[in-house]
Amino acid sequence: MPSFVPRTLAQKLWDSHVVRSHAGEPDLLYVDLHLVHEVTSPQAFEGLRIAGRSVRRPDLTLATMDHNVPTRGGVKAADELSRRQMELLKENCEREGIPLYQVGSRRQGIVHVIGPELGLTQPGMTIVCGDSHTSTHGAFGALAFGIGTSEVEIVLATQCLPQKRLGDLAVTVEGELPRGVTAKDVVLGLIGRTGIQQGQGHLVEYRGSAIRALSMEGRMTVCNMTIEWGAKAGMVAPDDTTFSYLEGRPHAPRGLEWEVAVDYWRSLATDEGASFDGEIKIDAAQLEPYVTWGTNPGQVVPITGRVPAPHSEPDERALAYMDLRPGTAMEDISIERVFIGSCTNARLEDLRAAAAVIAGRKVHAGVRAMVVPGSTSVKLAAEKEGLDEVFKAAGFEWRNAGCSMCLGMNPDILAPGERCASTSNRNFEGRQGAGGRTHLVSPPMAAAAAIMGRLVDVRDLIARS
Amino acid sequence: MKPISKVSGRMAPLDRADVDTDQIIPKQFLKRIERTGYGPFMFFDWRAGGDFVLDKPEHQGATVLVTGSNFGCGSSREHATWAIRDAGYKAIIASSFADIFRGNSYKTGLLTVTLPESQVRHLLDLATEDPTAEVTVDLESQVVRGEGFEYRFEIDSFARQCLLKGLDDIALFEQHGSNIEEYESHRPAWLPSVK
Repeated sequence: MPSFVPRTLAQKLWDSHVVRSHAGEPDLLYVDLHLVHEVTSPQAFEGLRIAGRSVRRPDLTLATMDHNVPTRGGVKAADELSRRQMELLKENCEREGIPLYQVGSRRQGIVHVIGPELGLTQPGMTIVCGDSHTSTHGAFGALAFGIGTSEVEIVLATQCLPQKRLGDLAVTVEGELPRGVTAKDVVLGLIGRTGIQQGQGHLVEYRGSAIRALSMEGRMTVCNMTIEWGAKAGMVAPDDTTFSYLEGRPHAPRGLEWEVAVDYWRSLATDEGASFDGEIKIDAAQLEPYVTWGTNPGQVVPITGRVPAPHSEPDERALAYMDLRPGTAMEDISIERVFIGSCTNARLEDLRAAAAVIAGRKVHAGVRAMVVPGSTSVKLAAEKEGLDEVFKAAGFEWRNAGCSMCLGMNPDILAPGERCASTSNRNFEGRQGAGGRTHLVSPPMAAAAAIMGRLVDVRDLIARS
Repeated sequence: MKPISKVSGRMAPLDRADVDTDQIIPKQFLKRIERTGYGPFMFFDWRAGGDFVLDKPEHQGATVLVTGSNFGCGSSREHATWAIRDAGYKAIIASSFADIFRGNSYKTGLLTVTLPESQVRHLLDLATEDPTAEVTVDLESQVVRGEGFEYRFEIDSFARQCLLKGLDDIALFEQHGSNIEEYESHRPAWLPSVK
């Protein structure tokens, strides 16, 4: 009789999606939801067409426009190439029968924001997208990861993806987050400890009381940046927080199916005695608001810290690119731009947290600050509760939904040399515009920087309000 | 995809760790809808700065890129592997690669070879000191060899077979259509449809 073998959450998700397993070959995994956007799909659709193939499951495939959409001035992209790319997505979706939320639709938005808000992202699913931040969806207890364009084509054609089994890592965050410390700081603090390579070849489960205490929005922020320390996917076991977020959303199960689904979802936890290949433990009480000083997310210090002395060749390059000197207090670094947006931090809760810091204050002279909601639905909800007025009264620009200045594929970019406090996920050289300098922070920290015109400890502003 | 069993040629040393795909192919070139023609845009911003190592005359025509650890981290853009291929490289040697980049490389027909740090250091130094030095990356016997050295490397056996035979993934997995149908017949009814 087979004995009970304890498994991790990741192993359960994997096992339940194996279509075919054969020695010496990668497992063939079934994909429950394939998200598609305009930038990484054109070549995949073209490949299908040339080979005379069609999309196997258009009913499990959803497209939106997010990467290069304009965030103001109507629905037309600023440049010819972007327009062509958006037009092509529309044609491809029409031909294949794939639902598309294009610019102008009430459901349009960043692909990793709309999946969850539509209730399409559910526990126990496999979700892929031609975008590395697909790890976001793991917050629901799903196995979700980014893929390349060739893999997009494979999934379009077969609804499956060959994948080699990966190792399991646990990140356990116990305790209570101090005031002013957010989910963004949990993941920035984590990457500061692990560096940006440690996750390679692994799936990660985030555990512990501090993770359990996070909202779904917070869990999405943490899972979103899993790729920034090299892991392929991050996940959190589903619980009542997950179920109450999902209940009643457009694509969530209803009635008896809801009961059946929740019963199953409750089984999606790592079994007692299951072993991980490694565990990283973090004491929540020791975390602070963090800010990056360099050109990768692992080059990060607490806001109370200083620009460190370089320890490696990438450190030296980063200091030169960022035009910073070791020993400079982080709080002495002035900024010219603020970006509140991206799939990391542009959900309603993020905008509320930023607005709470901003209310009654003004953006510092010489700072250009903008808010780009993660989706049209987030934008409308924020406007309903008057957050747009808070931002606008303070001097922020209030834009339409999209990826915007997280990666600068539309006109929202930094000028060379400009320094930006950004709630996005990557501070790579030129990420927000060639020559631009990015400091990654949480939404309240970005709001505080906008008001003070420099990087600043948001806890000082909260204390004064 | 064309089968690959061996890449022989000169090396170009890019002695940097943590090279992200935003550097390999900046965002403005992701607006192209073609699968080829990305070569001129590879490392666009770094090349624009002038004096970029890969642009040095002695490294022109190199087919093996040797570089630092965690190569290809960040964005999943396959355009990064297309750019490196289009610029004429056929193999990349590093002490580690980002997972998604490595997968994309195989699909692009670019051979990614992982060697220990000390051996990569030797190759970086060799390529810098003697740009005419040639190496052979032999996928069949899983070794990188040059004058006076032979370094064995490990590679996923399935990826190796696909590269050696030039197999098209989709055709390969379409063969398992009955497994897919069987799996689909057991999916729970409450799973969401986008319709």
